[in-house]
Amino acid sequence: MGDLATLLRQALDEVTASTTLAALDEVRVRWLGKKGAFTEQLKALGALPAADRPAVGARINEAKQQFEAAVESTREALAGAAVEAELAAGRIDVSLPGRGEARGGIHPVTRARLRIERIFRDSGFEVATGPEIEDDFHNFEALNIPADHPARAMHDTFYFPDGRLLRTHTSPVQIRELRKGRLPLAMIMPGRVYRVDYDMTHSPMFHQVEGLVVDEGVNFANLKAVLQGFLRAFFEKDLRMRLRPSYFPFTEPSAEVDMSCVFCDGAGCRVCKHTGWLEIAGCGMVHPNVFAAAGVDAQRWTGYAFGMGIERLAMLRYGVSDLRLFYESDLRFLRQFGAA
Amino acid sequence: MKLPLSWLKGWVDPGLAPRELGDRMTLAGFELESIASAAPAFSGVVVAEILSAERHPQADKLQVCRVSIGGTELQIVCGAANARAGLRTALAQVGAVLPGDLKIKAAKLRGVESAGMLCSAKELGLAEVSDGILELPADLALGADLRAVLDLDDPLLEFAITPNRGDAMSVQGLAREVAALTGAALGGPDCEPIPAAVEGASAGSPAQKSASVSLSAGTACPRFHHRVLVDIDNARPSPLWLRERLRRAGQRSISPIVDITNYIVLELGQPMHAYDLDKIEGRALDVRFARGGESCDLLDGRTVELAPDVLVIADAAGPVAMAGVMGGVRTSVTPETTRVMLEVAWFAPAAIAGRGRRYGLTTDASQRFERGVDPELGRRAIERATRLMLEVAGGIVGAVEVTEVVAEDGAAAVRRAPRVTLRPAEVGRVLGLEMPPDRVVELLSRLDIQQVDGTAHPAAAVGETLTFQSPSHRFDITIERDLIEEVARLVGFEAIPVIDARAVQPIRALPTSQLEEQRLLDLFASRGWQEGVHFSFVDPVLQEQLFPGVPSHRLSNPIASDLAVMRLSLWPGLLRAAQENLRRQQGRIRLFEHGVVFPVGAPEIDRLGGVAVGGRRPEQWGEDEAPSDFYDLRADLEALGGLVGQAGGFEFERASLGCLHPGRSARILRNGRPVGWAGELHPRWVRELGFPSAPLLFELDVAALTVEYPVFAEVSRFPQLRRDLAVVLAEEATFSSVLEGVTLSSSGLLRHVFVFDVYRGMGIETGRKSVALGLIFQDKNSTLTEEVIEGEMAAIRAALTLRLGASFRE
Ligand SMILES: [Zn+2]
Repeated sequence: MGDLATLLRQALDEVTASTTLAALDEVRVRWLGKKGAFTEQLKALGALPAADRPAVGARINEAKQQFEAAVESTREALAGAAVEAELAAGRIDVSLPGRGEARGGIHPVTRARLRIERIFRDSGFEVATGPEIEDDFHNFEALNIPADHPARAMHDTFYFPDGRLLRTHTSPVQIRELRKGRLPLAMIMPGRVYRVDYDMTHSPMFHQVEGLVVDEGVNFANLKAVLQGFLRAFFEKDLRMRLRPSYFPFTEPSAEVDMSCVFCDGAGCRVCKHTGWLEIAGCGMVHPNVFAAAGVDAQRWTGYAFGMGIERLAMLRYGVSDLRLFYESDLRFLRQFGAA
Repeated sequence: MKLPLSWLKGWVDPGLAPRELGDRMTLAGFELESIASAAPAFSGVVVAEILSAERHPQADKLQVCRVSIGGTELQIVCGAANARAGLRTALAQVGAVLPGDLKIKAAKLRGVESAGMLCSAKELGLAEVSDGILELPADLALGADLRAVLDLDDPLLEFAITPNRGDAMSVQGLAREVAALTGAALGGPDCEPIPAAVEGASAGSPAQKSASVSLSAGTACPRFHHRVLVDIDNARPSPLWLRERLRRAGQRSISPIVDITNYIVLELGQPMHAYDLDKIEGRALDVRFARGGESCDLLDGRTVELAPDVLVIADAAGPVAMAGVMGGVRTSVTPETTRVMLEVAWFAPAAIAGRGRRYGLTTDASQRFERGVDPELGRRAIERATRLMLEVAGGIVGAVEVTEVVAEDGAAAVRRAPRVTLRPAEVGRVLGLEMPPDRVVELLSRLDIQQVDGTAHPAAAVGETLTFQSPSHRFDITIERDLIEEVARLVGFEAIPVIDARAVQPIRALPTSQLEEQRLLDLFASRGWQEGVHFSFVDPVLQEQLFPGVPSHRLSNPIASDLAVMRLSLWPGLLRAAQENLRRQQGRIRLFEHGVVFPVGAPEIDRLGGVAVGGRRPEQWGEDEAPSDFYDLRADLEALGGLVGQAGGFEFERASLGCLHPGRSARILRNGRPVGWAGELHPRWVRELGFPSAPLLFELDVAALTVEYPVFAEVSRFPQLRRDLAVVLAEEATFSSVLEGVTLSSSGLLRHVFVFDVYRGMGIETGRKSVALGLIFQDKNSTLTEEVIEGEMAAIRAALTLRLGASFRE
């Protein structure tokens, strides 16, 4: 047995020399175990004179505590280093893309339609739909467009041999809903419509949304409020709106709706042909003949209706320049419109 | 309708700049479509007279002209055949700039100096084609600027006229509107009657030479004016002013008589026709409907077969005109014509509407007649035309003869503007703008709609009504709402306030069963599918290939032969779109669509369908490339099933549909009812349509996607136990039959069964497979014992052995 100070120095050197937790543990056990040097020192106390024992015992315990403290701090250092090493080894390249399925998307016209539906639903409108193959009565007659009416020239109609047709507008849904006799009503009617026309600015199939409100005392001033509110909500802009008298057989008075150009705020640009205005909708007060065809009492009820092209709204909203892109399902085009 | 401002000013002068006038008209319902000048920009062109024209010494086709521009003489080389001494024409002087930015410089043509260019109408942008240089009247001042003397800076305003306003399709009609809007005084040309000339003044008395008229179709044509002019000279050119006004309306000059009939349409809105009197067989015309087998050679060179509902003007030899649409060649006026018969008839809109369009004819006449012409306009129109013809073509006039069919009440059977009663309160009810009765009366009077009954005093009793009489050209005003529309138009839509009238709506039902479209679309979008929208009409060939023998709706007038039938399924459109995208080097395609399909003899069906081509995943790091297969598609559909139902929602049963791979397709069932299909395209069509690998297809009835609402079940607090079972059975045995065997034989303790492996090969004999099942057991009321579980497993094994001949692997 050497002198205590030498022992302690030796023990501390061994602690310092431990590079792994296992080696450190082995050192700790060796020095503090039953046959460890510190234990041996304590056992040897009995051989000393009684008067010396407390002082020597205290020194031995002090050395033991010093050793234990060194073990503990080295253990912490080694544990920290181990975590560090694990972290260093486990580093990954977070700039690599994620695995799995890519994102698909919703068609821009659908996206615009769902937004339109949402805006009107939130304002108490219901959404109704109707058949796309229609008959002459619903598409024309009941809408105050009798056979050979000049307005039919504006509707280049697809026909079937049995005289039925592809609806040229969503207005027939108005007739179907009015004939159900559930008044008052406030609804929009989105859907596909068809005209025999195909060029840069016309597609043989496109989408319209029709609005109809029938109640006691609704009037043209209310129609203006709904249109202005919708356009401002859809485009999220404080747009100006103007109504120009026009003609639709199923409304009277009828109006074309212009809004201040969303691209130049009315200053004039290429899109608005330097007028500052964009034509966006048609509207009017439901014609008494339409009420008559649908069995609605025109003395009691008044109504207004409006119609818009969804493609036009989508083009203005998303800046799409060519109508035909909507129907070509070119993935490079469609992928520009994520899910709504 | 193109309106030269100068012509309008002959009727009414609003004192507004062209753009301002256009805006006012736009806000009154006549949309200004464009403003242009009467000629494109050019400068430096003056009136010149050719003093002499000599053959160019070096070139046969050229002439060397000496021209005067008043005081100055110039030498000009000209290639036009009509360049001749004494002609006044247009000279582009050196420094002039012609349309197309053509700068005129001094030039030498084949050795001869030319100090400018004599111009044709085409070179000045006045016509599409022209024959020779411009021929100008001899009274134009030499050296005068051509733009000034021809008033070529005159603005042309083009207005869109809505179909209800046939009365506005003329200078007169637009002038009336301008006067009503601005308060400016309305004038007009002289339409006073011209008496018949004295008899014997010429070779033949006009009265004797006249034709008789009968109206066999009295409802279609109840009023017919005619008059004869003889000794006319229709060979001379029309005067410049007439040609210029026609040109500005986009019409060519033909001959004085024809030009004036065209002019009257533009000016007054009254279509009229001139016949060569000597070509009318039997000197008698009848207005009647066409008879079987009749045809007519029209002025545009076409021959049309006339249906029995087409109104014609006929002489003894048959139809000479399609009434109200176009005249015929046989009795047409030519430059040689010396005797003409003028027709100004009133045709009922219903008798003309649509007839021209049926033959591809939309003429100035048919457009006006089918919208309705003022029945009282005929008399003024024929007098105005006569005056102009006498002025332009000379001649002697006969008397105006009127043939009329009288209605039961003794008046002519033409359409008349009825008296209409208005309740002043109705204006406020419809417009949301209260208006005193005297204001209504004042506004309507601007349109010459006169109050004929009722009290318009502001203090008139509530419920007092007003009665109005519209002028004869406004027979479109027949009901109260028509008057309200006119009031709104005149007061301006800007004046109507914006009033939000939303009231609290009753609370509506919100059925859980209704799947929100947004959720449906989002689900597919989030699983990598891209929504497409395709035409509802598809290629009949492709549709027949996919669905042989199934009838489809065929369009009578498709835009293209490959877009001729209504789709029976979303697949034809989706497959075409997939092909197009492969052509655009898009290797992996997942397209879906939501829309209706059109079965014959059944209502339209709302469907959701999709096509997938290419890899299971987008090409990426860390994943092997594998083609997607039925089970990838099924996972997407099961996700949808999870959206609408509790436990997967859908069942898949093997079934074959002609266009799908018979071994790799399934009918989709929900609650036992078929709701759709999923599978691989049949190898035959994979090849035929040129796909590099088999596209996966699905289609579902959206109506079947009702959402089941969840119901709570107690969650057991006792531990669950898992047992695995490797079932070896014949290749043909389906997983669903295994599942059935397991569930039918176990008690209520089996919570869940799933498959975690399907294995073929080593250790399994050929023709058999091993299906590894995970079985989860749990009891609601106690902890399960080994004995209970063993009992369950034994029952399951026994059932599988009995039903499917299964053996079991450890
Ligand atoms: Zn703009």
